[in-house]
Amino acid sequence: MSHGPTPSDVAAVYLQQGPYAQGHDPHGHGHAEARGHGAGGPAPKRVIVGYGFWIFLLSDIVMFSGFFAAYAVLAHATAGGPTGRELFDLKRVGIETACLLASSFTCGLGYVAALQRKQLQTQFWMFVTGLLGLVFVILEVLEFYEMIVKGAGPGRSAFLSAFFALVGCHGLHVTIGGLWLATMMAQIWVKGFKPQIMRRLLCFNLFWHALDIIWVALFTIVYLLGAGA
Amino acid sequence: MKLLGKLDWSAIPLDQPIPLIASAVVGLGIVAVLAYVWKRGWFPYLWHEWLTSVDHKRIGVMYILLGCIMLLRGFADAIMMRSQQALALHGAAGYLPPEHYDQVFSAHGTIMIFFGAMPFMIGLMNFVVPLQLGVRDVAFPTLNSTGFWLTASGALLVNISLAIGEFARTGWLPYPPLSELAYSPGVGVDYYLWALQISGIGTLTTGINLVTTILKMRAPGMSYMRMPMFCWTSLASNLLIVAAFPILTATLAMLTLDRYLGFHFFTNEAGGNPMMFVNLIWAWGHPEVYILILPAFGIFSEVFSTFSGKPLFGYRSMVMATLFICIVSFLVWLHHFFTMGAGGDVNAAFGIATSIIAVGTGVKIYNWLFTMYGGRVRFEVPMLWALGFIVTFIIGGMTGVLLAVPPADFVLHNSMFLVAHFHNVIIGGVLFGAFAGYEYWFPKAFGFRLHPGWGKTAFWLTLAGFIATFTPLYIVGMEGMTRRLQHIDNPLWDPWILMAGAGTVVIFLGVASQVVQLVVSIRMREQLRDTTGDPWNGRSLEWVTPSPPPTFNFPVLYDVHGEEAYWGIKQAAIAQEKLHDEPDYKPIEMPRNSPTGFITAFFASFMGFALIWHIWWMVALGFVGAYATFVVFAWRDEDEYEIPAEDVARVDRARRASRSGDWLTKVGSPA
Amino acid sequence: MSGHDEEWGEHDEAAPGDEHAGGSGFKEIQIYLLGLLLAVGLTVASFWIAGSDLVWGPGIPAALLALAVAQIGVHLVFFLHITSGPENTNNTLALAFGVLIVLLVVVGSVWIMAHLNHNMMPMDQLMKMQK
Repeated sequence: MSHGPTPSDVAAVYLQQGPYAQGHDPHGHGHAEARGHGAGGPAPKRVIVGYGFWIFLLSDIVMFSGFFAAYAVLAHATAGGPTGRELFDLKRVGIETACLLASSFTCGLGYVAALQRKQLQTQFWMFVTGLLGLVFVILEVLEFYEMIVKGAGPGRSAFLSAFFALVGCHGLHVTIGGLWLATMMAQIWVKGFKPQIMRRLLCFNLFWHALDIIWVALFTIVYLLGAGA
Repeated sequence: MKLLGKLDWSAIPLDQPIPLIASAVVGLGIVAVLAYVWKRGWFPYLWHEWLTSVDHKRIGVMYILLGCIMLLRGFADAIMMRSQQALALHGAAGYLPPEHYDQVFSAHGTIMIFFGAMPFMIGLMNFVVPLQLGVRDVAFPTLNSTGFWLTASGALLVNISLAIGEFARTGWLPYPPLSELAYSPGVGVDYYLWALQISGIGTLTTGINLVTTILKMRAPGMSYMRMPMFCWTSLASNLLIVAAFPILTATLAMLTLDRYLGFHFFTNEAGGNPMMFVNLIWAWGHPEVYILILPAFGIFSEVFSTFSGKPLFGYRSMVMATLFICIVSFLVWLHHFFTMGAGGDVNAAFGIATSIIAVGTGVKIYNWLFTMYGGRVRFEVPMLWALGFIVTFIIGGMTGVLLAVPPADFVLHNSMFLVAHFHNVIIGGVLFGAFAGYEYWFPKAFGFRLHPGWGKTAFWLTLAGFIATFTPLYIVGMEGMTRRLQHIDNPLWDPWILMAGAGTVVIFLGVASQVVQLVVSIRMREQLRDTTGDPWNGRSLEWVTPSPPPTFNFPVLYDVHGEEAYWGIKQAAIAQEKLHDEPDYKPIEMPRNSPTGFITAFFASFMGFALIWHIWWMVALGFVGAYATFVVFAWRDEDEYEIPAEDVARVDRARRASRSGDWLTKVGSPA
Repeated sequence: MSGHDEEWGEHDEAAPGDEHAGGSGFKEIQIYLLGLLLAVGLTVASFWIAGSDLVWGPGIPAALLALAVAQIGVHLVFFLHITSGPENTNNTLALAFGVLIVLLVVVGSVWIMAHLNHNMMPMDQLMKMQK
């Protein structure tokens, strides 16, 4: 078994070159050469913020998995009420899917425009993204409304509770994303492409793409499998 | 729709003397403290330096303070439970009616875990980890502040339930159907749900913050295998927080939807499945106990190493064991409900996994013992807690492995044996670890040590009291007594219950000794002063800083070359008989303080209370306020301020002066 | 201030979702476009398989699952720029950890609940017994 440096080896290094890291680092944020293996000190702020948001997204996906697990367990607990096959309108789901996927694409285009500091292009693509997201939410609200009106609301059966909670949770995330998008558009317009704003835009992109990833799982497991069941 | 929802005067327990008097005492106490602070003119200082602070050290101290206060509240509940049982033997009624007793044991568990142990551990991790990593703060300082204040908001809501309304009667995990609206129509379960959802957001932000800090922000040269062990266990614990707490959020949300909007996740009718609540809640619940114990393991690694004067034995295997425990903790959750009926195959699989996870802890215990072997052991107070841990935790762990065998668990599930087991590991592990960490890092935080004599008294009384309280509970559990009994009908159990009551008195004396220790230490702080910042001859980077450290922690980041970052630096200084040359002092930019966290939590408490009492306009108002706070915060331009180079130099030169001369020779030879 | 954050040097670490956008950004747009086309193709395939007899009935869930996983992969690679390179190791490891937890929770819960439901009487039947 190989051992690391003994304390006297380490002390010898310090005697030779002193204990302090080289280079000026007022933020303690490390330099552009900061490596992931600890050699350069703390990572740049962009990497820190992006990674922290990535961890948040993974936690959000675990939360969704709780609702997915509940749905999987309760999918057949229809209590004599309507089933997925009776309720799901796959054409509407198809349009919703198209909207969300397209909005992921336009979101990416908006980010590329922002990286090139093009204000009008950025605002345009972000606006389109928000619009597509709004259409998605409106279609989903309509679906919920129709189901509730014909007696297939969340209180009808455990299956419907799980459905409304899972799909509704996703829709809520999209809505909050929309609010965030509007705030970001205002901030970019007023403050321009400052580093802080760009970091937040990076986080927004991660969020929006993650919502589409969750939707892929959702439409597959809930709608496509449910309609066929 | 009534203006105040379900809230009216009947919410105040005018007909129940115990909560009434308790609320009055607590209320008067709070008023007295606030009046004293006002009179001394401390409010501006507290607001600018503590309440709006985004400094991880200040936030850590506030977390620990919250934890200590809540541990006392939880302990009060425990005293009530033990005394009620000791008084309600063979036909006597005791003094706590059942519907009140049920709230007491529910509050006891909820407060101890969520508002006592978690904040204590999170506070220690917050304070220590950036210092040990050799950096200036955590990754997201304002988010850190927000997380703390949201946790405090949850604690506030639980305590308000004492005076206004009631608490849950379901136990600390509100199993349906009892927790559903049909069987718990009051506000008790709602207090529980909203307090935990709010503080759960706070805990999640801590998880994100510390994972990002440990993985992306370390001093130059500090590769993963050069991190202190406490940082490794903090990483594992926070990975578990990020992975497990969302499950709690989802499950409690489902119960909330059932109660508020008539959903049928866990109801008896319309296809609901109460067993699914038990499954999901323990998928969170088991990782939760590892979230609590892993930082304690890290603390013990630091303590054993420092007070044996040796590097930690088997660093690599410790890291492996930590990651092993982290992953396997997600493979065992069914052992909390072996008796619910999943059958032999499922039970066997989870029973085997549960037995296997003990291997990780076993590796750690052997490594700690081998760390002591061949070292010069100093029996300072932190070391006493660590040794007490070894003895108690081994027993608690072994009873856990016993319970891991499904047939044995069928006899012992929900008996007092189980209660004794988990208190054994939580008190012997988490609480002793918390006390060891508190004693160990107190001088770093405040600049003076805690009085060792009272510390030793507290340790021996707590250890003896713990043994006296819980050994009889193991026995009475084997004799068939179940948990949560409001009165005792079996005369065979009487002597054990009485002994447990007596043991509680001894624990009380131990707790009182801790309080006395703090008061005495503050009074004697000049005699107990930590002049150099390295009172224990430490081995990791937090001991290079003065006590307390300056806002920026380190004037210049250190270059790390070995496993024990500070030890090498110190040995080099001792060898050349002087400190290393002064670095080139430059100005340092630090994040500005912000009231965002405090104000967000204010609106969260506001919304939580409104949601509990169904005051819908108040909910909307609170939400608007919270969103506005977020936008205002997001709009600020100046988020950093600069500390001039002269100030940095002044602080560091004072530190260097305190460490010159005979300190170098004294610290060089083992104490 | 934080000017040096804007620099684009050679990092040994990338934030998730990071990309360079030198020049006109055309190369980046190509990546998004390719991702979109693949995702559309996979989505259409999913809907088609679900609604037709192309795949043998009992095999449809497996096919849909495979297509969903593929599409999630497309999103991760083309939209989120998650690669297997050394600058992305932390991001990939975190993702793997998240996926592991999701699988444990979902598969574990389904396995456990299926056994419980099989062995235990349904709640409404139990309630009827109580009356």
